[in-house]
Amino acid sequence: MGNVDDDSATFEQSYDCANNRNEKVSTPISNGHIPSHAFVQQKVEGQLSEPELVEEEQNEEQLLLNKHLKFSAPAYTEIRTRSGGLKFKGTSEGSYHPAKQLEANGHATKSGSKCEKFKPSQADGVLSAEQEHYQKTSFEDVPLHTACLTYLGFYLLMILGYINQLLFVPKVATEKGREGYVALYDAFESFYSRYVYRRVRDCWNRPICSVPGDELVLKDRVTDDYGWSFRFTGTETRCLNLGSYNYLGFAAATGACADDSEQRARQKGLAYCSPRSELGNTQLHIDLERLTARYCGVEDAIVFGMGFATNALNLPSLLGPNCLVVSDEKNHASIILGLRLSGATTRVFKHNSMRDLERVLRNGVCYGNPKNGGKPWNKIMILVEGIFSMEGSLVRLPEIIALKKKYKAYLYLDEAHSIGSMGPTGRGVVEYFGADPKDVDILMGTFTKSFGSAGGYIAGSKKLIDFLRTNSHAHCYASSISPPIVQQIYTSMSIIMGEDGTDTGRNKVQQLARNTRYFRRRLAQMGVITYGHEDSPVVPMLVYLFSKIGAVIRTLTTRHIAVVGAGFPATPIMEGRIRFCLSAAHTKEQLDYALDVIDDVSENLGLKYSRKPRDPKIIEY
Amino acid sequence: MLGIQLFNEIGSIFRNTPTFALVLETLLLITVIWLLLHRRGGRRLTKEQQDYLIEQYEPEPLVGDTDPDHPLLRTRLVQSRVGKRIVVDGHDCLNLGSHNYLGFLEDNNILEEACKCLRKYGVGSCGPRGFYGTMDVHLDLEDRLAKFMNLEEAIVYSYGFSTVASAIPAYAKRGDIVFVDEAVNFAIQKGLDASRSSIVYFKHNDAKDLERLLLEQEKRDLKNPKKAQKTRRFLVAEGIYMNTGELCPLPELVELRKKYKLRLFLDESVSFGTLGRTGRGLTEHFDVCRDEIDLISAGMEGAMATIGGFCVGSHFIAEHQRLSGLGYIFSASLPPMLTQAAICSLDRFEREPHIFEQLQQKSRQLHCQFERFSKLKLGGDALSPVKHLYLSEKRDSFEAESKLLTQVADKCIERGVAVVPAAYLQNRERQPIRPSLRIAVNRLLEDADISTAFEIIESVSSSVL
Repeated sequence: MGNVDDDSATFEQSYDCANNRNEKVSTPISNGHIPSHAFVQQKVEGQLSEPELVEEEQNEEQLLLNKHLKFSAPAYTEIRTRSGGLKFKGTSEGSYHPAKQLEANGHATKSGSKCEKFKPSQADGVLSAEQEHYQKTSFEDVPLHTACLTYLGFYLLMILGYINQLLFVPKVATEKGREGYVALYDAFESFYSRYVYRRVRDCWNRPICSVPGDELVLKDRVTDDYGWSFRFTGTETRCLNLGSYNYLGFAAATGACADDSEQRARQKGLAYCSPRSELGNTQLHIDLERLTARYCGVEDAIVFGMGFATNALNLPSLLGPNCLVVSDEKNHASIILGLRLSGATTRVFKHNSMRDLERVLRNGVCYGNPKNGGKPWNKIMILVEGIFSMEGSLVRLPEIIALKKKYKAYLYLDEAHSIGSMGPTGRGVVEYFGADPKDVDILMGTFTKSFGSAGGYIAGSKKLIDFLRTNSHAHCYASSISPPIVQQIYTSMSIIMGEDGTDTGRNKVQQLARNTRYFRRRLAQMGVITYGHEDSPVVPMLVYLFSKIGAVIRTLTTRHIAVVGAGFPATPIMEGRIRFCLSAAHTKEQLDYALDVIDDVSENLGLKYSRKPRDPKIIEY
Repeated sequence: MLGIQLFNEIGSIFRNTPTFALVLETLLLITVIWLLLHRRGGRRLTKEQQDYLIEQYEPEPLVGDTDPDHPLLRTRLVQSRVGKRIVVDGHDCLNLGSHNYLGFLEDNNILEEACKCLRKYGVGSCGPRGFYGTMDVHLDLEDRLAKFMNLEEAIVYSYGFSTVASAIPAYAKRGDIVFVDEAVNFAIQKGLDASRSSIVYFKHNDAKDLERLLLEQEKRDLKNPKKAQKTRRFLVAEGIYMNTGELCPLPELVELRKKYKLRLFLDESVSFGTLGRTGRGLTEHFDVCRDEIDLISAGMEGAMATIGGFCVGSHFIAEHQRLSGLGYIFSASLPPMLTQAAICSLDRFEREPHIFEQLQQKSRQLHCQFERFSKLKLGGDALSPVKHLYLSEKRDSFEAESKLLTQVADKCIERGVAVVPAAYLQNRERQPIRPSLRIAVNRLLEDADISTAFEIIESVSSSVL
């Protein structure tokens, strides 16, 4: 681990890249490697043999000939911190040719050949829920020197930012015609986004121009001014997609879902221009609600047009001023906004810590509402997510249900990421843990992820749903969901439930589970630190240093892999990470390709922080 | 030596201090000590006591009982594609309820383009804008909207409600002051709640009342100039008020904005694509330069006949939402096919500017006719495509009025005119809103349609009321 390089080196190089990019844009370059001055030098040092280069270039040229693909990626550059360069190893069977995958188009093509039997994890009953949780969840501590370097690196970036701010006039627009007004923004906020975030701005908000399926096509863009603005080059780059929330591979432009949606659009139009409560309620919405209720195994459900709004606009109806909400510290912004709007008192407990949860609950019940003279709370609600999207961890549902019963609290479970992606038939964490859905008072989820559509739902008892129908902000005021969007949900949900008469849905769920286990185990074997539960398809890989987030994303893009990064302020300063989202649409070949590249990149950028013993065995798919 | 000196010093302090001060200070000291000890000692319960309390604790039920006859449980069922005509609960009706002002819901070209888009991108975007949820259509739409409004930057949200509700708290924070028209719609109210700023409501469309409140604020500022220097002031209004159908007196508000250094946010959900010679909204209608307004937001669920919303403004202002508009960052992006539908709507805006003239003329025509109901009173501006029909005679309670209006609406639907009472969560609105039938004008209405609608509503309302 002694190779954890100086942060400034990474930063300098990324700076250089940006610098050199604008000079090189006009020349058509056949692949992602830009022979910028810095890199040419490194290549010589690295002794990347000449024939290899030529071979790669020829390969790319062949691809260029293919009319479907325009390969040229002047927008993306490798970041290398050590001599040696990136050697691409996986040429034998694990190789991945983007062109080969054209037909796949978002569908899980592999039928699970020798599929492991998937068991609900509580079924064997050998381990207690707590033991099992610790066995299956990994949260490795950061090595001390990495922690120091991360802080150093971050402060260095800040200091450089301040110097930059002092010396150069920012290129952003200044406010016109509002002289004498109080400044609109907080100074730190705008400083941070201008001088720190801007350096890695190219790694986010990347436009795509294809289905976000197992692959996606990036619309290449370059910056001529160090990240202040971007310009499209007119070229495109096809990448393996490890960034979208397409867990079951239902994001597709062909197939049953797309066909049904199109038909529905032709039949019913694109919108209703009215809320459900006025002239926006159709049989299709009612059918979807019934299907959702059946899917979740509860009495009734209600659907909304936006997942974010489902939390933000329904929590206020359920909670009032004399209510206590016990919320996990890693809960999503929509939940936090909903709580803010509700006026309830919120107490946060440590992420997935049952001891802390119990402490907060106990205090809540025993000492009551201090603002109200210690009178008991009207309601106490535990608010957790099924899969925490940034941590990749799973809620400890059986233990939480036990606590909820003990303290007579209500449980609100946000299954945005877990619905469809967990459990033997995709019914979410409730099924995964073999729990009774009726033990969860409020089941919330979104249709954006596993179902490849948009919107959200709340499922629960008939009494709850009737209350929401008469009190929910979104139900009363917001537009009803568009017909093709509803149809996509309806069809994909029917497929997962096997109501289309095939086992496509089941295969997809199993494929995702296999992909997840395989991918996570291989990463662990490599020695990178990943967070979360072994069955969670959200896989955060810790890179710690802020600038390494950018370095990894950029380098992976040159290797045709699209991933997502998260750093401060989305995560603590300490915990910069790359997040992989697996999908049932990924094949083993695609994963192997990605893993080989990740191995290479993490070797090169020094990401193999883990001090755990590594599994020497070959991991079977 | 030092000890004696110190002792003498303390002694002199005691001698020189007036007695009442000494007593006061002693009391203060005792209070502080008592407070500290009291806090620390507190009410610590033993484990047994705690267990007993836990056993005794009886929370309220999660939700209260719902009246099975609640009007929101008994929603009408739409059985056809929505357009000028609509099938509601089995009755084929003339549609005066859907906010499809320009009749774009029936446009098959828009539908074709959207379907083509579906065949390219699939249905969902499977990610927020930051994480590969940005498709080229989103950028196209933002670009087109900014150009259409002749402003620097547009930003697209995936839900109409969340647009303004996210935009306001992106700027207004705790400690800021927001002046708001009291009739603003529910989404704006929620945005204001989320901002945690102090909210000052002025009378509906009353610039004088606003000025009075601003003067009051000025006085307060004089008392505390330090705080005033840090307090941002906002003014929030709607172009056409969804809840009243009235136009906002924009020129007066702009004057006040300049005079009192406010930042003006205008929600044009109804007025965008309906007002102005070329549909550019209230600013065009009043011929106010768009730079005078800091941020314009609008839903695309009205004139544009799709889903979602957008904000437009200068680069300096709008760009900020890309990092702090909660509904923008944390929500999946708008499905590409609906984005494409919005682009196609803009195409038509630009290609056929006469449609706005047509709509305004229909609105005026309907207004003239509908003013003559014997038992109903029309509210709203003549130009506005959203109008409200209130009962002429006030009843005892809003509930009673609402019941009567529901009866009128039901009978009208049976007789072939779809009108619906505006749905409100009365107990969650800032103040209860007088029930009304909300009429939405469609550009495609013909003269005969308007008079038929008038006759049916007139005869139904005369018989029911």
